[in-house]
Amino acid sequence: MNPNARMSSLLPPLLPLLVSMGVFELAVRSGWVPSYLIPAPSEVVRSLIDDRLELAMAGWTTLSSALVGLLLSFSAGTLFAIALSSSDLARRAFYPYAVFFQTVPIIAIAPLLVIWFGFGQPTVIASAAIVSVFPIIASTLLGLKSTEPALVDLFTLYSATTRQMLYMLKIPFALPQIFSGLRIASGLAVVGAIVGEFIGGGGLGSVVDSARTQQRIDRVFAAVLISALLGVVLVGAVNFVSALTLGSWHTSERKP
Amino acid sequence: MNFDLHPEQSKSGAAVLCEGISRAFTGAGLVLDHITFQIQPGEFVALLGPSGSGKSSLLRLTAGLDRADEGRLSIEAGQEAVSRGFVFQEPTLIPWRNVLRNTTLPLELQGWETDKAEARAEEELRRVRLVDFAARYPHELSGGMKMRTSVARALITRPNLLLLDEPFAALDEPTRHALQQQLREIWTALGMTVLFVTHSISEAVFLADRVIVLSQRPARILLDSAINLPPARTAALRTSLNYVQEMSRISAAVPIPEANA
Repeated sequence: MNPNARMSSLLPPLLPLLVSMGVFELAVRSGWVPSYLIPAPSEVVRSLIDDRLELAMAGWTTLSSALVGLLLSFSAGTLFAIALSSSDLARRAFYPYAVFFQTVPIIAIAPLLVIWFGFGQPTVIASAAIVSVFPIIASTLLGLKSTEPALVDLFTLYSATTRQMLYMLKIPFALPQIFSGLRIASGLAVVGAIVGEFIGGGGLGSVVDSARTQQRIDRVFAAVLISALLGVVLVGAVNFVSALTLGSWHTSERKP
Repeated sequence: MNFDLHPEQSKSGAAVLCEGISRAFTGAGLVLDHITFQIQPGEFVALLGPSGSGKSSLLRLTAGLDRADEGRLSIEAGQEAVSRGFVFQEPTLIPWRNVLRNTTLPLELQGWETDKAEARAEEELRRVRLVDFAARYPHELSGGMKMRTSVARALITRPNLLLLDEPFAALDEPTRHALQQQLREIWTALGMTVLFVTHSISEAVFLADRVIVLSQRPARILLDSAINLPPARTAALRTSLNYVQEMSRISAAVPIPEANA
């Protein structure tokens, strides 16, 4: 992409941001909006600069908890989906419990996690894993069940073992769906980690919580901005691995 | 045409005995109604019938991908083990494998070492004139190339029974004609038994030495007849009087679908 083309692709999303930031800046400075409700964008930027070390450390803590939680939910969710895909009876028996993980309000069970895992990172990781596991199970299961029937016939014709069928056909065929589940899960893992940190302590969750009690609304916004950035980084990492893995064959990643 | 064939690898064909085969499916009802026929080793037989007549169901039974409700189906290859090759209606290639690795798949599933499987695949790709495209992925191939890859994959286990399910139906006419001729030449060189399912009368007559015509569902055999054409099937044959006469003889036996079908 040449610089001009890059500029013209960046301009459409940047323009509304710059305009709205300008409007908020004016609104707060002229007193139309009280600064204890919404900080002036310049205040948020100042907070980002002044507290950069603390915010970076907190961001790193949240990111590492979200990553470990995501790895846990990815491994457990994938194995669970493979087990469910192997028999209709297993799916009927256990899938409802997987749905439970999606519907459970994490904020309600977070105190329980503290009782089970204590204050600190284990609770945060558990919270990130619980929130992000369902999209992985659902997408992987969908992917494993949608293998092209003619390809299953082909493998059957050559007496493929269950293992060959799984590793050489069903899992690779499910990869596009697995990645799309992982994309949703990676955003949710950051949300889960921050919710876990509200209760279990540490990371950006604690920064937001303490800034809120100190009425430092600019710091709350700065931390929220960093957490959104973490989500973008995680989704970007998944996109990168997806492009590397599927690039040569899948329509979704093929270059025009 | 100059194909690199390997007559020294010829393998005797398998014999197929189908006795009173019936098969019903929920929703569709009875699809095959007491089908009986026998195929001699090395024969090239076309199974001809209207769409939905149960030809593919019969082929799947022969491939061992389905079981009959009634009747007996036996396949024997003398001293050798029965080995089937199957070419599906669609090329059915694995999108993340290139042409070479798609072709080696049956051997990989049987536990062959990669080097040996690839050497064998190259031979089969040379046979179907695709060896220069071995590194290409399916999405980079034309319809005809995809189907030739599928044929090479079916041939790689050196099957004594080759089953084909309307493999050329989706191709344009010149490609279809070229592949028909190529298939006939491969059969002449390798001598396996071929059972070719098609709804095209011209294709059945051009390719096969014997045509079995099925009725509309539930399928029964309406005609089982040898094709009186010379063994070498060339492009010139398509415009010959003999060919046209054989086509009209066979088409007289093929059921005409109802107007609202």
